[in-house]
Amino acid sequence: MKEKLSRIMEDAIQQIEESKQLDKLNEIRIAFLGKKGELTSVLKSMKDIAPEDRPKVGQMVNEARANIEMKLEEKKAAFEKKLLEEKLKSETLDVTLPGKKLASGHRHPNNITLEAVEDIFIGMGYRVVEGPEIEYDYYNFEALNIPANHPAKDEQDTFYITKDILLRTQTSSVQVHEMEKGKLPIRMIAPGRVFRSDEVDATHSPTFHQVEGLVIDKNITFADLKGTLQEFAIRLFGEGTKVKFRPHHFQFTEPSAEMDVSCFKCGGKGCRFCKGSGWVEILGCGLVHPHVLEMSGIDPEQYTGFAFGIGLERITLFKYEIDDMRLLYENDTRFLKQF
Amino acid sequence: MNTSLSWIKAYVPELNCTAKEYTDAMTLSGTKVEGYKAFDQYLEKIVVGRINTIEKHPNADKLVVCQVQIDEDGREIQIVTGAPNIKEGDKIPVVLEGGRVAGSHHDGMVEGGLKIKKGKLRGVESFGMMCSIEELGSDREMYPDAPEDGIYILSDNPEYKDAPLGKDAVEVLGLHDVNFEYEITSNRVDCFGVLGIAREAAATFGKKFIPPVVTDTGNSEKVEDYIRVDVQEPALCTRYTARVVKNIKLAPSPEWMQRRLASVGIRSINNIVDITNYVMEEYSQPMHAYDLDTIADQKIIVRKAEKGETFTTLDGQERTLDDTMLMICDGEKPIGLAGIMGGENSMITDSVTTMLFEAATFDSTNIRLTGKKLGMRTDAQAKFEKGLDPNTAMEAMNRACQLIEELGAGEVVGGAIDYYPVKKEPVVIPYDADKINALLGTDISEEDMIRYFEAIDLTVDREKKLVVVPTWRQDLERLVDLAEEVARFYGYDKIPMTLPESSATTGGLSEKMLMENRVRNAVEAYGFCEGMTFSFESPKVYDKLNLEADDILRKSIVISNPLGEDYSVMRTSAIGGMLTSLATNYNHRNKNVRLYELANVYFPKQLPLTELPDERVQLTLGMYGEGDFYDLKGVIEELFGKLGFSETAEYTPDAGKTFLHPGRQAKVSYQGTEVAYFGEVHPEVRKNYAVGERVYLAVIDLEKLFVLPKKTVKYIDVPKFPAIVRDISLMMKKDLLAGQIEAVIRKKGGKLVEGYELFDVYEGEQIKSGYKSLAYKIIFRAKDRTLTDEEVSGTMDKMIAALEEMGASLRK
Repeated sequence: MKEKLSRIMEDAIQQIEESKQLDKLNEIRIAFLGKKGELTSVLKSMKDIAPEDRPKVGQMVNEARANIEMKLEEKKAAFEKKLLEEKLKSETLDVTLPGKKLASGHRHPNNITLEAVEDIFIGMGYRVVEGPEIEYDYYNFEALNIPANHPAKDEQDTFYITKDILLRTQTSSVQVHEMEKGKLPIRMIAPGRVFRSDEVDATHSPTFHQVEGLVIDKNITFADLKGTLQEFAIRLFGEGTKVKFRPHHFQFTEPSAEMDVSCFKCGGKGCRFCKGSGWVEILGCGLVHPHVLEMSGIDPEQYTGFAFGIGLERITLFKYEIDDMRLLYENDTRFLKQF
Repeated sequence: MNTSLSWIKAYVPELNCTAKEYTDAMTLSGTKVEGYKAFDQYLEKIVVGRINTIEKHPNADKLVVCQVQIDEDGREIQIVTGAPNIKEGDKIPVVLEGGRVAGSHHDGMVEGGLKIKKGKLRGVESFGMMCSIEELGSDREMYPDAPEDGIYILSDNPEYKDAPLGKDAVEVLGLHDVNFEYEITSNRVDCFGVLGIAREAAATFGKKFIPPVVTDTGNSEKVEDYIRVDVQEPALCTRYTARVVKNIKLAPSPEWMQRRLASVGIRSINNIVDITNYVMEEYSQPMHAYDLDTIADQKIIVRKAEKGETFTTLDGQERTLDDTMLMICDGEKPIGLAGIMGGENSMITDSVTTMLFEAATFDSTNIRLTGKKLGMRTDAQAKFEKGLDPNTAMEAMNRACQLIEELGAGEVVGGAIDYYPVKKEPVVIPYDADKINALLGTDISEEDMIRYFEAIDLTVDREKKLVVVPTWRQDLERLVDLAEEVARFYGYDKIPMTLPESSATTGGLSEKMLMENRVRNAVEAYGFCEGMTFSFESPKVYDKLNLEADDILRKSIVISNPLGEDYSVMRTSAIGGMLTSLATNYNHRNKNVRLYELANVYFPKQLPLTELPDERVQLTLGMYGEGDFYDLKGVIEELFGKLGFSETAEYTPDAGKTFLHPGRQAKVSYQGTEVAYFGEVHPEVRKNYAVGERVYLAVIDLEKLFVLPKKTVKYIDVPKFPAIVRDISLMMKKDLLAGQIEAVIRKKGGKLVEGYELFDVYEGEQIKSGYKSLAYKIIFRAKDRTLTDEEVSGTMDKMIAALEEMGASLRK
């Protein structure tokens, strides 16, 4: 009996090991362990065995069954593993095919620049404010120390609606609105659209944007102006950026200056962007003229301040190496999607 | 404004610097040098030579072979040339082998110049080149005696004929010079003259400034016997000086003068005209010369023109005047438009024998307005407009007469007319070194400050701590102006850099700006790119948009001096710009374009404007390609949600927009306020903009929207009990709207309806024509229990009954 059982077992194990596919294992299971299987038939023949031997034979049969089942499971697992491997292999992807994207839109490069500028000044405690684009002559000129018939008025090629109402030529008008509110100290920037009667070409546009800055407080100095704008330039253009202040003239500041930054393309060596000079002019600035303070009801003996005006397009054009300003207003998506 | 370096050095003889050093230092001290051109930048190895012999070229009729001596020791080189104007014994500029010239005779300047090598011309060797003035990088304006075509013959010019052979010809010709171009700010009237710039240069480099010494001029006659002056408008003519020159000998002015004028772009005419121009450049004081014999009654009257009076200026143009314009007249008639241009009737001609010199100061505003009204812009006018110093007028006049005598251009009559009723006195400003340092954030000693003041000819009273400002510096009025002078000469670059240490402030964007940024983020997530268009529009856009005659969008603000019609009105909507941008993209064959703009539009409160208009920001969305009406609607719904306006907005058909498709447009209201409209662009309008695909537009009035109450976000329990879902399919006439069906679902469903979803819209076969089918999935749920089928069915029955009453029938 014992021999018969071990023969059945060996036979089963041999067949399992030789099997080539998953289906075959089932056949083997049926052939040995099924209702009519060989091992089952041994159990069925128990009645021919002496009763005292039955438990022992039963145990032997069970052991043989357990062995065969174990072998079957092992083999099955091996088959499945192999199948999975084959499947995974067949599912290999070309990772260099393009990714699927939601085609999200793009912000205008001018506004990307503006947000960077705003972040810097907000970090230094500046509020961002706005003023009207169609403006009274008083705010655009007179309150900024540019009286009627002053030649400086002609320099700005103003668009007029009526004698007293015009399209603002500079965001400096917002300075006056802010000062008139009478809340001191002031730290503000005022971004916005301005208008000058320039024909459209690669470097001119009758519409462009400025960011005005105004600080009024006690003991504000020209050194504070320089330090603030240097900080701004370094944060906007990166460590190592140098600034240069040159005397200039604006009616509403005294002393006045223009600020150049070391060309961020060539680092100051001279290239076509800075026309070989190594410097790029980006803003005008100065200490607020005491007459301007007086006109807006601020005592220049107690308060001083500085103001600056940044040309937004100028920075955008240089930063992205855009050589034609018209691209900013054409709205060709092949251009806009680059930012 | 331009000057040559040599002209500056005429008044600052110690100045010794390169063009680059000059540019940098002057720019840093406030006289911005925009650029410069060195006349000798491409000139190398050019010497004075003499043609010893000229022989025929053996192989060419038009060429000759010259032996040219190039030093005093007799060294000769052979040069082959085709120049027509040379003879033996001529001294000429010669560029030697390996040298460089600025360009070619016919093509002018060449970037980098031209290298000269030895070569063979038709078989004969040539070891250099004789130069024309153009090859030396100059022209006949600066060297009027140069031939039109040929070599510049040095020996024909008395100034150069004795130049030793072998000497640097560039030096001989005075071409080691630089022309600087300045950007002078409007406050520095004095720097519109060479003397003003020279004074700045002297102060910048710490050298002595030596202005011309103006000597007494004139014979023993009296000017009063020749001319009387009557100024009838003292407010407009603050000073009028006049002198007379007789026995005029018109001739070319000397070359040094011609060259200086040419270096700043002024053409030489004759000695008299050149002297007036020269003095104008030197002192920034315009002068005018009248032919005295044409002046009636020996009398000058300065008065206003009569309205409608006509006058022919010396350019031959007849001008119609008005009664604000200041005229120079004689006893009978006008002879000059004050400060702008003289008259044809009194101008200097070749037959002039006696002339009247005028140097005056006129009211800057009056000159500016007159020039503007007449459309004129002369050099003299440009100077007067800045407001000249009357105290300079007489000195300039005497300087001109000195030059007349020095150049032998005529005989100056003794004495001068000087109408100058109110002398302009210098401004006195108290200075306070501590205050100046407090403004600048510096620690500059009072001694240094005084030194800076004195370097620019301000007089300092140390006792009283006063600065006396010469009248030519009209820009210096108060302490801050002195602070700028100190800063300029101390050096802007040496002022320290600090951050304000004063009060703390809180910064940030306004609520409106934060909302605008959220709008940008929301629509960009849906693929819209931000565009920017001009705030001006063409009024033609109204017709392109098919607007009705009384459409509010037509009521736009008109610019009184626009850049042409296309930019003549302020936009009342950005859709014109949007459609133009979409058309640009369509032309460029860009596919699936989505654009947005956050644009200010301008609505007048009344026309013409008497107060500022209503300026409001609108969001305009535009798209073509993938996506339709419902995609755009989805963007609007999502945008409203993102902004916190998450109640259901109301969409009503027909927004009344003539530029949109009549059956595909909607008005959007939120809590009763109309805030937006959108739809498909009318095919005719689309055609006007030449876009060949369906275009969709939306306009959202953000300022209206932003002020509406936002829904505050509050947590709602995540459902704990299961939902029951029922589908219904309804058939109805096409004009019954989904919105009406949904209103019934909400109303009849009450609290039990958690939500619903339209999952099918169908029209076509299997359905009666004029009808459509809508299929909804309706989700029922209670917060506190599991619903029973009976409850749901009861609600459904009521819902269906109401729907059927409305004309929708259940499809089975």
